[in-house]
Parts: sequence; structure tokens; C-alpha cells
Amino acid sequence: MTIAGHRTASGEASPVTAVSIGVPRRTLVHTKIDVRAVGKTFQVRGADRPFTALEGVDLAVHEGEFLTLVGPSGCGKSTLLDLIGGLTAPSGGEILIDGRPVTGPGLDRGVVFQQYALFPWRTALANIEFGLEAKDVPRRERRALARHYIELVGLAGFEQRYPHELSGGMRQRIAIARSLAFDPDVLLMDEPFAALDAQTRESLQEELLRIWEKTGKTIVFITHGIDEAVYLGRRVAVMTSRPGRIKKVIEVAFGSREGDLRADPRFGEYRHEIWTLLRDEVAAAQEQERTLG
Amino acid sequence: MADTLATPTGHRPRTGAASGADVTSVPGPASGPAIPATATTAAAGPVTPAREGARRGWRAAGARAALWLRRSLALALLAAAWELLPRTGAVDRVFVPPLSEVLTAWYDLLADGRLLEHFQASLVRSLAGFGLAIVLAIPLGLAIGWYRPVADFLSPVLELFRNTSAVALLPVFILIFGLGEPSKIIFVLYACAWPILLNTIGGVRTVEPLLIKSARSMGLGSLRLFRKVILPAAVPTVFTGIRLAGAYSILVLLFAEMVGAKAGLGYLIQDAQFSFRIPEMYAGIITISVLGLLFNLLLVSVERRFSTWRTSS
Ligand SMILES: Nc1ncnc2c1ncn2[C@@H]1O[C@H](COP(=O)(O)OP(=O)(O)OP(=O)(O)O)[C@@H](O)[C@H]1O
Ligand SMILES: [Mg+2]
Repeated sequence: MTIAGHRTASGEASPVTAVSIGVPRRTLVHTKIDVRAVGKTFQVRGADRPFTALEGVDLAVHEGEFLTLVGPSGCGKSTLLDLIGGLTAPSGGEILIDGRPVTGPGLDRGVVFQQYALFPWRTALANIEFGLEAKDVPRRERRALARHYIELVGLAGFEQRYPHELSGGMRQRIAIARSLAFDPDVLLMDEPFAALDAQTRESLQEELLRIWEKTGKTIVFITHGIDEAVYLGRRVAVMTSRPGRIKKVIEVAFGSREGDLRADPRFGEYRHEIWTLLRDEVAAAQEQERTLG
Repeated sequence: MADTLATPTGHRPRTGAASGADVTSVPGPASGPAIPATATTAAAGPVTPAREGARRGWRAAGARAALWLRRSLALALLAAAWELLPRTGAVDRVFVPPLSEVLTAWYDLLADGRLLEHFQASLVRSLAGFGLAIVLAIPLGLAIGWYRPVADFLSPVLELFRNTSAVALLPVFILIFGLGEPSKIIFVLYACAWPILLNTIGGVRTVEPLLIKSARSMGLGSLRLFRKVILPAAVPTVFTGIRLAGAYSILVLLFAEMVGAKAGLGYLIQDAQFSFRIPEMYAGIITISVLGLLFNLLLVSVERRFSTWRTSS
């Protein structure tokens, strides 16, 4: 009785205050991933001092948000993704997911790697089942879920193919399906479409947006493509050259997302803004590489 | 020292698989060209499906026969030379009797049961040694490949023994285990264990790091990671080692049987030579070759069953 009463009280409380104060909805959203002053150094063989890949990274990713991350090559994007994924530990600062510090990898986050890390000895379907096995989902349910997700990425009929019998785009779709199948709250994607041709990439981008809208997952998506960043991201985070920090986070707001977004004049403006931010950083990164030898 | 064990020198899985495929693979022509062929006939004019199907069947059969012919031609030439050269006197028929005489001797050996007896003796020894090597070397290799402390502990000893030829140790085995079966089986076991061990270690250590990372990202613990990723990824490499060991098991056994034995194909060959029953000697050699060939074919087909997922290149 008391529990039920408590629940209704708090459940009604927040929307009421939100409306009465008149704050825009956006500021109310819950922070899913909170990266606080994170640094990462690597011990390099033969070097006398550690190599700093990331320094003072601050980034808050909202629940259900699609955030794209751009930055010059070698600035530490993949390193940041590994940290959020819990695959490595930060050298400084902290990363919180739902307010709790990340202590290791977990099934609340799904990682899609750039080089389609599918298990070559497993069929497409069995690859999708992998995370479900890790989650101890019973066999029959696993099968059914895997079938559902292979359909979702448009690969029904390819269940029994081995990865080497699939095209690059198909493999990447299986990798995405595998990460979706165990139903993580957060999807971390590292340049997943980089190796694909323009047509395949565009169709996968649309598919991903469709899936995102349907599932409401929080997505962090690394890309080299400014167009891709603007097209997919509701916000675009631009990183500095190494040691990487977040230089600026740009809010991408179109009136409507119907029709050809790329033809919208604002698309060009966002594109140009990010391009300008990146230009200086890329130049700096290249200078750095030259002096590093 | 630990690092030198990491790569299975001379037993690279790729080359191993390729050489294995040479023996039995039927590359394409059986069914492959049938598709473009029908495409051209269809373009040339209307062809009824039935006739088209029949033609495709004929073509496939023809291609298969041609392939079979090409593959057996060299063998046929060798057999012909073996038969004719001694008869024409080009080679001394006392030392190299014509093939027909060798085959007659082989048949006689088979008929009086001696062949079976020697064959059985050899087969039991090589299978016992080979089987024991599999049972011992795979777990050991997995442990060394996966657990750094085990590798650090065992590597120096393994490095030392790896560079000690099995042949050099045969007298030791005979001294310790006597002239009977145990010394021969242990000798085969010793020789067979190396390719399996080294390939298993290499297989475990060379698992694509990205796959491990990918599995870890899904929260897999150490034990599950080993069972679900490391083990299946290492299977093809382990099998390459097993196939090499299979070949070794017969090669080295023959040597042991020539040194000290009362039965076995090695003994048969040696004994036939000493007592100048030359056709019998060749009959023994042919038997051992065919045995080796069959053994390899068997292992290749088993290997293929276990690694269908590998890119067929
Ligand atoms: N394990 C490691 N040991 C040493 N240095 C590393 C390691 N991993 C990454 N680095 C270094 O950290 C820097 C950032 O690497 P990272 O892979 O995160 O870059 P990135 O932004 O993803 O680049 P790209 O866009 O080219 O993928 C690089 O300079 C790289 O050399
Ligand atoms: Mg990267």
C-alpha cells in the first residue's frame, strides 16, 4: 500500500513540475554517459615518459541521444570509446553510466567495431546469438531473438552463412544486429560504415536511424565523415588533436527531418562549421605527427 | 625463450591447410563452368530445359573425367616406367624388379597373411603413439598458450627437447622401455607431440585480438572467453598440427621398426632387403606409402569437417 502510494506520488511529481516551471523538455533528460575530466596515457616501449592520448575529456551524453563524435585521426576517439565500453581503465577522471562508475565491460553497452569483429566460425545467426549466450538467455528464446534481429537488419535468409560468405555491408549489419540483440541501453559504434561504398553506407545510415528511433537507445557514433556526423547526430562532438579533448559540441537542429536532409541549407551550414573546427585540428595533428617522426 | 615457442616454426597453419587441400580438393570444374556454359547456350538460341540439363550433366561428367585423367596421368607414367625400364635392361632388374613382379610379391604376402600381420603391428603402434600424442599435447599446448606462468615455467625445458631429435632419443627409449612395444609407442608419441603442441600453442596465441576484445566487450569472463573464442579459433591450427603428426607417426615408426623389431612394415622391408627378397621389399614400401596416403586423406577430411567456416581460397 505504501509502496504503491509512493510510486504514484513521485511518478506524477516530475511532469507536473516540468510543465509548471516551463523548462524545455531537453534540459530534463537524464544524463546516460557522463565523462568527467577523463585522461588516458599509454606506456610506450622505449619512451621515457608516458604517451598522453586523452586529457581532460568532458562529455555528457543524454539518455536516448544519438551523438556523433568527430576528430582528427589519432586524437583518441577509439580510446575514448574503449574507456566508455570499459575495455580499458582511464588514467584520470571518471566515467559514469547512469551515475555509476564504469568498472569493466558489460551487457548494458554494446560495441560495434570498425573491422566487423564477427566470429568466423559462427554462422550469421550464431554470431547474433553470442551476446545472448553471454547473457544466459535460454536457447529457444535466443534463436527467436536472433531471428528477429537478423530480420531487423534486413538479412533474413542469410542465417546460415558464415561471415566469409557475406559482403562487407552484410557483415557490418550482422555486427550491429549482434549488439542490438542483447538489448544494451548504450550502443558504441566506431566508424562502423567507414569501409563501405556510398550507397551501402547511406542505406545503413537510414536503417540505423530507423532502429534508433524505434528502440530509443543511446548511441555514440564515431565517424570521419562530416556529412555522416551531421546526418546522423542530434549533436556532434568535435575533438581536438592529440591529446584529445572535446573542443565543441554542436547541436544539430533541423525544423523537420522529412525529405532530403542533405539538401537543406542548414545542413551545409552545420557541415561548414564542423569543417572549420576540424581544419585547424587536423593541421595541428599533422604537424604533431611530423615532429614525432 | 618463451617467445620462441609462440610461433610454430615450419608449421604455419595457412601453408599446412593449402598443402592438405592439394591432395583431395576438386577445384571447381566439376560444377563451376556449368553455369557460364548454359548461359552461352541460352544466348545462342532456344534450348529446351531438358536438353540443357542433359548437356550440363554431360559437360560436368566430361570435366570430371578430364580432371581424373590429368591427375592420374603422372602415376600411370610412373607405373609404366617401372614396368618397362627393368624389362628393357635400362635399370638392373635385380635391384629394381618390374612392377608386375612387385605386385605379385605383394599378393603373395597378402595371401599367406604375413602382410596383414606386419601391417597390423605397424598400425597399432602408430595409432597408439599418435593417439597418446593428441591426448597429451593438446591440453598441454592449451595451458601453455593461455597461461603465461605455465609457459614461463615449461618453455626452457620444451625448447631444449624440441631441439633434440626423436631419432637421437630412440636408444634412450629402448634402454628404458626395452625392445618391446612401449619403446616404439613412446618414440612415436614423442615425435608426434611436437607438431601438435607447437601448433596448439600458436593457435591459442594468435587468436585475432579484435575477436577477444569483441567478446570481452560483451562481458565474457576468462573461462567463457577461452571456451567460446580461444578454443574454436584455435581448432584449425590444432588440426594442422594433428595432420602433420599423422604423417610423422608413420615416418618415424618405420625407422624404429628397422632398428629393432620382430614385426611391422619397417621390419618387413629391412628383413626383405637383408635376405635379398627384393620384390617383397618394394611391396612393403608401396604398402607403407599407401598407408601414409590413406591416413593423410582421412585426417584432411576430418580437418575439413571441423573448419568449414574457413575461407576457402
Ligand atoms: N595501446 C596503445 N598503446 C600505445 N599508444 C596507443 C594505444 N592505443 C592508442 N594509442 C595511441 O593513442 C592515440 C589515439 O589512438 P586512437 O586509436 O584512439 O585514435 P583515433 O582517434 O581513434 O584515430 P583514428 O581516427 O585514426 O581511428 C594514437 O596516437 C595512438 O597511437
Ligand atoms: Mg579509431
